[in-house]
Amino acid sequence: MSIELFLGFVMVVSLAVYSLTAGADFGGGVWDLLASGPRAQAQRDLIKRVIAPIWEANHVWLIVVVVVMFVAFPKAYATISTFLHIPLTLMLVGIVLRGSAFVFRSYDDTSDEAQRRWSRIFSIASAVTPVMLGMTLAAVASGSIPTNALKTPGKLDFFSVYMAPWLGLFPLAVGGFILTIFAYVAAVYLTLETDDDALREDFRKKAIRSGIGVGVFAWLCLGLAFRDAPLLANGLRKQWWSIPFQLIIATISIGALIALFQRKYKMARVLAVFQVGGIVMGWGLAQVPYVVVPALTLKQAAAPASVLWPVAITLVLGSCLLLPSFWYLYSIFQHKQSH
Amino acid sequence: MTDILAARTQMAMSLAFHIAFAVVGMGMPLLMVISEGLYLKTKDELYLTLTKRWAKGTAIMFAVGAVSGTVLSFELGLLWPKFMEHAGPVIGMPFSLEGFAFFLEAIFLGIYLYGWDRVSPKWHWFSGIMVFISGTMSGVFVVAANAWMNTPTGFKYVNGKFTQIDPWAAMFNPAAFSQCLHMTLAAFVTIGFSVAAIHAYMLLRQPANLFHRHALKLSLWVGGVTLVLQLISGDISAKHVGKYQPAKLAAMEGQWHTEKGAPLRIGGIVDEKNEVTKWAIELPYVLSFLAFNDFKAEVRGLKSFPKRDRPPVAIVHYAFQIMVGAGMWMLLVAMIGGWLAWRRKKLPLDRWYLWMLVSAGPMGLIAIEAGWTVTEVGRQPWIIYHIMRTADAVTPMPGLIVPLLGFTLLYIFLAIVVITLLRNQVFQSPDILVPAEESVDTDSADQTTEKDA
Repeated sequence: MSIELFLGFVMVVSLAVYSLTAGADFGGGVWDLLASGPRAQAQRDLIKRVIAPIWEANHVWLIVVVVVMFVAFPKAYATISTFLHIPLTLMLVGIVLRGSAFVFRSYDDTSDEAQRRWSRIFSIASAVTPVMLGMTLAAVASGSIPTNALKTPGKLDFFSVYMAPWLGLFPLAVGGFILTIFAYVAAVYLTLETDDDALREDFRKKAIRSGIGVGVFAWLCLGLAFRDAPLLANGLRKQWWSIPFQLIIATISIGALIALFQRKYKMARVLAVFQVGGIVMGWGLAQVPYVVVPALTLKQAAAPASVLWPVAITLVLGSCLLLPSFWYLYSIFQHKQSH
Repeated sequence: MTDILAARTQMAMSLAFHIAFAVVGMGMPLLMVISEGLYLKTKDELYLTLTKRWAKGTAIMFAVGAVSGTVLSFELGLLWPKFMEHAGPVIGMPFSLEGFAFFLEAIFLGIYLYGWDRVSPKWHWFSGIMVFISGTMSGVFVVAANAWMNTPTGFKYVNGKFTQIDPWAAMFNPAAFSQCLHMTLAAFVTIGFSVAAIHAYMLLRQPANLFHRHALKLSLWVGGVTLVLQLISGDISAKHVGKYQPAKLAAMEGQWHTEKGAPLRIGGIVDEKNEVTKWAIELPYVLSFLAFNDFKAEVRGLKSFPKRDRPPVAIVHYAFQIMVGAGMWMLLVAMIGGWLAWRRKKLPLDRWYLWMLVSAGPMGLIAIEAGWTVTEVGRQPWIIYHIMRTADAVTPMPGLIVPLLGFTLLYIFLAIVVITLLRNQVFQSPDILVPAEESVDTDSADQTTEKDA
């Protein structure tokens, strides 16, 4: 494995971990927005209790992706942040409002009005942010960024350079896909975070519904990719591993749904983690060797080797300290089932 | 407004906003670790209460700091893609290390804020120490990356390309030490004095509240000690700027002519059109001495730089005056307090002195904002000193006024909410009063209120 490929792999793994950790926090926000029925408040309280100690640490996985990208693949970072300025900015606004509103809700007065106001901002921002993230990723993967536009200024108008790449059917579908995935992992995790059977049953239903949603969106995105993201679609179809890999993920997905039906929650959680991790990793694999399709390959976008090696070594050494700490945080706040 | 000006304003505004929260992430853990350590040692519940109250305020500030810091890591690319395309790899090392430090900070802060009854007291305290170390280090790494923009090293620049990059040499660039030291101390000074101001204000309302007395004493110690160290650090910074960034020094001082035995100018009006600094109090030879350790040393004036290479003089000069002035006010307050405490062998709680402490409260943050204005505006027109101009780094995307307005409104909204919530937190502070037998021999503070009443 080349050093560029290794660092690309680090980025994709970090994105996968982000989806499985911070993704679930955003998903929690979605379920806060959709909370209903007699236990709406109990649902919200559970979500709040679970994500409060961990969301800030989870969030840092995104910073890892960004930092590795601008250090190791500076051309890709510059290209993405130039052409996708608008969705990235909207995503940032979402990140800021989600985090701030969440902490404001905890520390503002407990009146219904104040709580409802922050709850609303928190949950809407939680829903918008993943969609923007998905649209950005879709634009990067689809090959729709007009990277040559800046060499001949004035040839293309503002809309085709800065809007069209991410404002299409495929990016929208991917945005919905990411949102559904985040909601799904959140619901699966939440089944294991309470001793209240009724509450658990609520989240089980949500998990099953969103799990089916993940399947629908997966097919929709795949179908649209053939039209709108041909290189990605080729990666998902023509590599030696692509079909077996997808069959495995599909099997795991169905297995997770069956586990939810049978109320085997721990099994469902393990399967959902492999399912979602697999989807993100598969996406990354299908995009190899491109960082920005089709303008920049990993090699073309990479920084000089004199930078890549020290950064890679630092990442490996740093992980030795970081991963046990991250694990420790989770082990402290893991919910202990009373039975 | 031109796009470049909009981009610079948005970057400045985002940094100015974030830094207030970053400082809390660096400084508050120190106060909490000391206070919790005192609790573990003395078993005095008051210190535990104090630690928990401080932790609540910190939680709000840390969350907003984390998200506004994320905005910055994206804005570097959103606003300055050409800068990041070239500089990203060179300053990648401090940024990668900052990533780790921030990660550890977030992890252990989660344990610290929510793990009171989930880990043992010793482990809890240890988590606090981890938050303190990683929070401070993450600040240090970011400042080291910024220092590289002032004194870029660790590469060869050939035909507009960075080659032979040495990430370690870039990280340990000449400005890194003085800037990191100055900023880290600034964070502790700021937190010390602003926390002291809050508790001094509460003591004006409730003079007998033991909770606020302990808090005041502790924060004043931290602020005072680091302030003394900051004087030394300021001297190191002045000498560094004199040696490596002569245009910045000239702008800070409003020094137009190249001059041997240059004076230190206090205040004054900068007239950029006629290239003079009028009505300043001039202390002869002092600038030459402060910057070069030699009363006769030559200080380069702004006129020796081509006009297109000069930073905006007035802003830099005034900002520098504000920074020094704010620092001096805190020093005066600290010296009076230290003298009174030494004479009386106890914390001075006179109403006039409490008011002085309140007045010093905002000075740390003012000094930090002004100091960053000096270092950032003083580096202009360069984004990488003598290598890349800011105007060449800006994104080609038009209409940058829109994100500028959006983020400005967002940050104003957040600032208002944060201030409101913190105020509520402060006013809900516990009433732990001085025990009756002690209150007999308490100081004038109590008596004054009785008279007032």
